[in-house]
Amino acid sequence: MHATRRLPFTMAGHLMRSASGPGALIGGLLFVMMMLAIGSLGVGVASLDVAQTVAHWWRAEATIATLVLMELRVPRTLLALLVGGSLGLAGAALQGLLRNPLAEPGIIGVSSCAAFGAVIAFYSGASVLAPLALPLAGIAGALLAVVLLYALAGREASTLTLILAGVAINGFAAAATALALNLSPNPFAVTEIVFWMMGSLADRSTAHLQLAAPLMLIGCALLLTSGRMLDALTLGEDTAASLGVRVGRQRLLLVLGTALAVGSGVAVTGAVGFVGLVAPHLMRPWVGHRPSQLLIVSALAGAVLVLAADIAIRLITIGPELKLGVVTALIGAPFFLVLVMRLRRQTI
Amino acid sequence: MRISADAITVVAGTATLLNDVTVAAERGQLLGIVGPNGAGKSTLLRVLAGLRNSARGDTWYDGRPRSSFAPQQFARALSYLAQRGPVAWPLTVERLVALGRLPYAPTWGVKDTQGDAQISDALRDTDTSHLRERVVDTLSGGELARVMLARALAVGGSALLADEPVAALDPYHQLQVMEILRARADAGHTVVVVLHEITLAARFCDRLILLDAGRVAATGLPTEVLTDQNLHATYRVTALRGEHDGASYLLPWRTD
Repeated sequence: MHATRRLPFTMAGHLMRSASGPGALIGGLLFVMMMLAIGSLGVGVASLDVAQTVAHWWRAEATIATLVLMELRVPRTLLALLVGGSLGLAGAALQGLLRNPLAEPGIIGVSSCAAFGAVIAFYSGASVLAPLALPLAGIAGALLAVVLLYALAGREASTLTLILAGVAINGFAAAATALALNLSPNPFAVTEIVFWMMGSLADRSTAHLQLAAPLMLIGCALLLTSGRMLDALTLGEDTAASLGVRVGRQRLLLVLGTALAVGSGVAVTGAVGFVGLVAPHLMRPWVGHRPSQLLIVSALAGAVLVLAADIAIRLITIGPELKLGVVTALIGAPFFLVLVMRLRRQTI
Repeated sequence: MRISADAITVVAGTATLLNDVTVAAERGQLLGIVGPNGAGKSTLLRVLAGLRNSARGDTWYDGRPRSSFAPQQFARALSYLAQRGPVAWPLTVERLVALGRLPYAPTWGVKDTQGDAQISDALRDTDTSHLRERVVDTLSGGELARVMLARALAVGGSALLADEPVAALDPYHQLQVMEILRARADAGHTVVVVLHEITLAARFCDRLILLDAGRVAATGLPTEVLTDQNLHATYRVTALRGEHDGASYLLPWRTD
């Protein structure tokens, strides 16, 4: 962990040290995000002229193009931004809380419990009866993870206890999910569950967005209040407490925020891996490694990454559409490998 | 800020870490907590800093309980320097020291007007101004220890509690740190320091509390506490004593 400090781009550290704050960086990321968002509206099975379609929609002319734009492309784009932003933000917050650059939002078990909740909805057939049963069950799973985490680790949990409790919850949720697949009488349900767990933004409706977005935004707001605690925790919990931070309370807010932001994301899109791990890593040198400054830029980077991956999926038109989680993992894992290789070079 | 602890008992599982310890840290005084390894020195310091609850006994700050202070208010009044603080991220020295100003940063970002001056003073007092732009993981152990002290000084409160601030420092910087703590006390602050170096404790502290296995073995002036008999009973050493320029000194010399 110690050696990771010199990771990755030492140039970035030199450049940013003279700058006053991450203002320019935030501006740049917002610009890239806007460009991608506009591009995202135009890319898909049906090609459409974004400017013209928006003009039609503005004049309330209902065409197939405006329907595609407003019912498919806009929710998909917004969902990509929200899911990516939540993952990036939660990843930065958890890495700061656990003081470990290898932490990712799934480490405390919220993602796997949300996935398990969704699987239960599939398995019981509730997802067929009511379309929103799936995300609701996922969100319930994520909140169950928080309850389990605090029941296992206690309110005054140390970092290590939190990680270990998370490992236990992850293991249990994975086992329960496997059990559901194992016992499933219906092979179609199994296929559906497996595909769903790969993570995707395709065919999510406005109703999904309306259900998940408020919860994700509340979660993100909770996470954004953790900056002071994360800065103070740089020097350990005792020092943080001596600096006036209520560590126990703030930690609970952070865990709840992660459950709401990431859990409701997973509940709607399935698992999207590596974004929460990679986004904070990419951005950390650019903010001088300050945990509080990392939160917003990491959220923006996460949004950019997920949106870019989703656009790539729609541009690659071979065979069945690739799943988002598959693409982020395919790009994320080699990227992580590069980080490890840099680390090895620098420690020799 | 006057800090007093009254009949403190701290238990962890079945072990009693502190047993009926009473101590007071006065304004303008440098109080040393001494004793052999495992005597409960750090535990007592954490109780005094309000970081650890005691099973029995109360701690008072200017006669008020800890709970009567708002967290930020308390954090501004009392600064705590942890033993061997690990630094989780490779911050620059300046940003690390600036963490000492966190109690002054309201949640919605109002400017801390004295912050820059306090940070500069803390860097100058600890002889670390030249390290300002360095990243903390490139510092030597001694440099890091002084930067951590600068972080605690940057809080600028009326009480400073330091856990082994001179461990891992060379003689020059050991003396320098003790002189900084001495100067703080002379300026009217309440300073409490955990020390292993009884030579420094005898020379710089106004009062000492000698702990042994969680109990108070002796308390009072350094000459009353670090007697041959007490050193033998707690540290199991014999000290060499002498005088220089009218001040007496002692040096741990051999094991008993």
